[in-house]
Amino acid sequence: MANGITVQAPAPPAARRMTMQKLMRRRSTTALALALPLILLISGLVIYPAFFAMYLSMLDRKMETFTGMRNILFLMHFDTFWMVVKQSCIFALSAVFFKALIGFVTSHLVHNLPPKGQRKWRGMLLVPWVIPTAMSTIAWFWLFDPAYSAINWILAKFGIGPVPWLGVTSWARFSVILVNVWYGAPFFLIMYLAALKSVPDQLYEAAAIDGANWWQKVWYVTLPMMRNIIAITMLFSLIVTFANFDIVRILTAGGPVDSTHVFATWAFSLGIQGNNIPMGASVSLFMLPILGVAAFFILRDINRRGSSV
Amino acid sequence: MTSSKSFTRRRFLATTAAASAVTLSPPFIRTSRAAGKISVAFWDHWVPGANKAMEAVCHEWAAKNKVDISIDFITSQGAKLELTIAAEKLAKSGHDLVQPSAWSPAAYAEDFEPVDDIMAAAIKANGPTYPIVDYLAKIKGHWVAAPAVTGSQLKPPCARISLLKKFADLDVTKMYAGPGGHSDKALQDAWTWDKYLDVAIKCAKGGVPFGLGLSGTTDYVDWAGALFHAYGAELVNAKGDVTVNSDNTKQVLEWAQRLVPALPKDVIAWDDASNNKAFISGQASLIMNPPSAWAVAKRDNPAVASDTWIFATPKGPKGRYAPALPFFWAVWKFSPNKSAAKSLLAHLLSRQSAERFVAASVGYDIPGFKNLRDFKTWSEVDPPKGVVYNYPPTPDQIVTVAGSPAPVHVANQIYTQGLMTKMIAKCTFEKESIKDTIAWAEKQLAAYTMM
Repeated sequence: MANGITVQAPAPPAARRMTMQKLMRRRSTTALALALPLILLISGLVIYPAFFAMYLSMLDRKMETFTGMRNILFLMHFDTFWMVVKQSCIFALSAVFFKALIGFVTSHLVHNLPPKGQRKWRGMLLVPWVIPTAMSTIAWFWLFDPAYSAINWILAKFGIGPVPWLGVTSWARFSVILVNVWYGAPFFLIMYLAALKSVPDQLYEAAAIDGANWWQKVWYVTLPMMRNIIAITMLFSLIVTFANFDIVRILTAGGPVDSTHVFATWAFSLGIQGNNIPMGASVSLFMLPILGVAAFFILRDINRRGSSV
Repeated sequence: MTSSKSFTRRRFLATTAAASAVTLSPPFIRTSRAAGKISVAFWDHWVPGANKAMEAVCHEWAAKNKVDISIDFITSQGAKLELTIAAEKLAKSGHDLVQPSAWSPAAYAEDFEPVDDIMAAAIKANGPTYPIVDYLAKIKGHWVAAPAVTGSQLKPPCARISLLKKFADLDVTKMYAGPGGHSDKALQDAWTWDKYLDVAIKCAKGGVPFGLGLSGTTDYVDWAGALFHAYGAELVNAKGDVTVNSDNTKQVLEWAQRLVPALPKDVIAWDDASNNKAFISGQASLIMNPPSAWAVAKRDNPAVASDTWIFATPKGPKGRYAPALPFFWAVWKFSPNKSAAKSLLAHLLSRQSAERFVAASVGYDIPGFKNLRDFKTWSEVDPPKGVVYNYPPTPDQIVTVAGSPAPVHVANQIYTQGLMTKMIAKCTFEKESIKDTIAWAEKQLAAYTMM
């Protein structure tokens, strides 16, 4: 052309159709199309709220002025915050440990039941996990009720108690952990049961021929075969337990004297009830680095084992 | 010709009511925009049937003004009301008129439409507001919300007549008499927090202790707040200085150390329903509560209900403080139909509306205006006759909210964190010294002032 610019002629319709067809035939395009609903869902319900929470945490109480890291720095110097960090760790780690332990033991018990009765037991043991947490926790609250506790009523028949389930720090912590374990152990049970069923019988037979006893079979066959599922389940549970809100909120509301507050309940108390949403957002964001570190180590361990297999 | 008709009290009330209704009606111009739709959210009342009165009042206003109205009732259980208001603030979308709880008007002052004009007319018609209403909703000289009638409550002693007479030789119906009766002034003067402690100990010895919770829920924070005020124990003063370390605070905590052994052992774990349950089941001789406990007892345990009497809070060295927890009505600035919302607000604040709300709540609701204390409901409700007659605050009572007079955002944290009940719990259940308790509170309060 006179001005030296070459203008490309538009591709004829047939050529455009070919390009589209090629694009659609590519596996990555199909994968993206299939994953798109999930990507949109996670973007809308997880990523956007997370970034919005970060933005909120950097505002002042009235959500008008940008204050940078002020809220985070303030929390670092607040005694109650460190108490909440400690309690969240105690709550999450001990609950996950007992859920894993109970899940492991019960999954073995159920696995060894005759197939006929196994379905009934599986169904019954899943009940705590199926009931909405708020409902089951209210039932637990009634069992622990300061004045009308059914558990204390039974204990009284044996001359024990009354136990201040929710009125003394140690008992209150025990109670919230107990309810969390009761609710979450079936998840471990079902995951471990699935893992157990995928362990080839030949491995146990070979171990039996080598003279391995029950404990050695568990230690040298079952556990190595279940390691990845145990790690993934524990990571998943750790995230959910750390972020727990409903059980603590309903049972103790963080009391007595803040001794059962976890991140979510304290964030709610400061942010929603105390009308300081940026401060509440800052508290809840502290879960992110703690869980990030845990996720990093657990997933790294799984990857290493995966590549060494 | 001269009229011989006498101007009776009833006629006076009717005339003033009509006049106030006229005064309160703002110049709502029914333009195509203003007469459109309006969406409102009210607190879901505890008292059965109370929401119906609200619906009726709103629909009557809507029909008269040709406005489509949709009404939501939102429970305060689980802080659902606060959550809704926070979400609407952030989304800048939602209802046109909302009913925030005590601390929200100040927190959302920039987001609520000023209602100075409506409040000026309401005050003119209904008399002055209680000072705590100003403290909570008049921000930088402007009303950002109006005191709601529905839900606004006091938490005075709600006691069993026979038990206090039997175990402590105290006739509460004589001390605060019902309609037509003469209250014993000497008994009222002797009704101090020390006398209260003496009665609590005697009732506990009789096997029916006072049901005073010490957790961080509203019922317990409210009574503790009135106690602290009565002794002049300010945690943070109006300027924002932490003033908890005082002889007055020590006095309160010493008093609490004598009281707690006379309370049920589990009060530290009580929720807002626990005191009601203890009272209705006959296990507690006195609780600090609005008449809702009595209303439920009337349904579930009539013997307890007919033995119940509600009367003024004891007085302390600094006065007789009545613990209150008011609600408000506010119009969002983002409301697309502000003129209609404000018109409805004015209608809700009229004397006739207030009287209907009080009647529907069997006297539970306490309007925030001093001239709206004379409704017949409080005289007529029974059994026993006059049970809530002394529920509205008498002139010698200072209506207060726990945490005041601290700057509202600090008082909000003091209240919602239940700092006062925690202080009592620390120096009683947790066996800490009063000195250590105050030192701990000082740190907490210093943090609240910096938030």
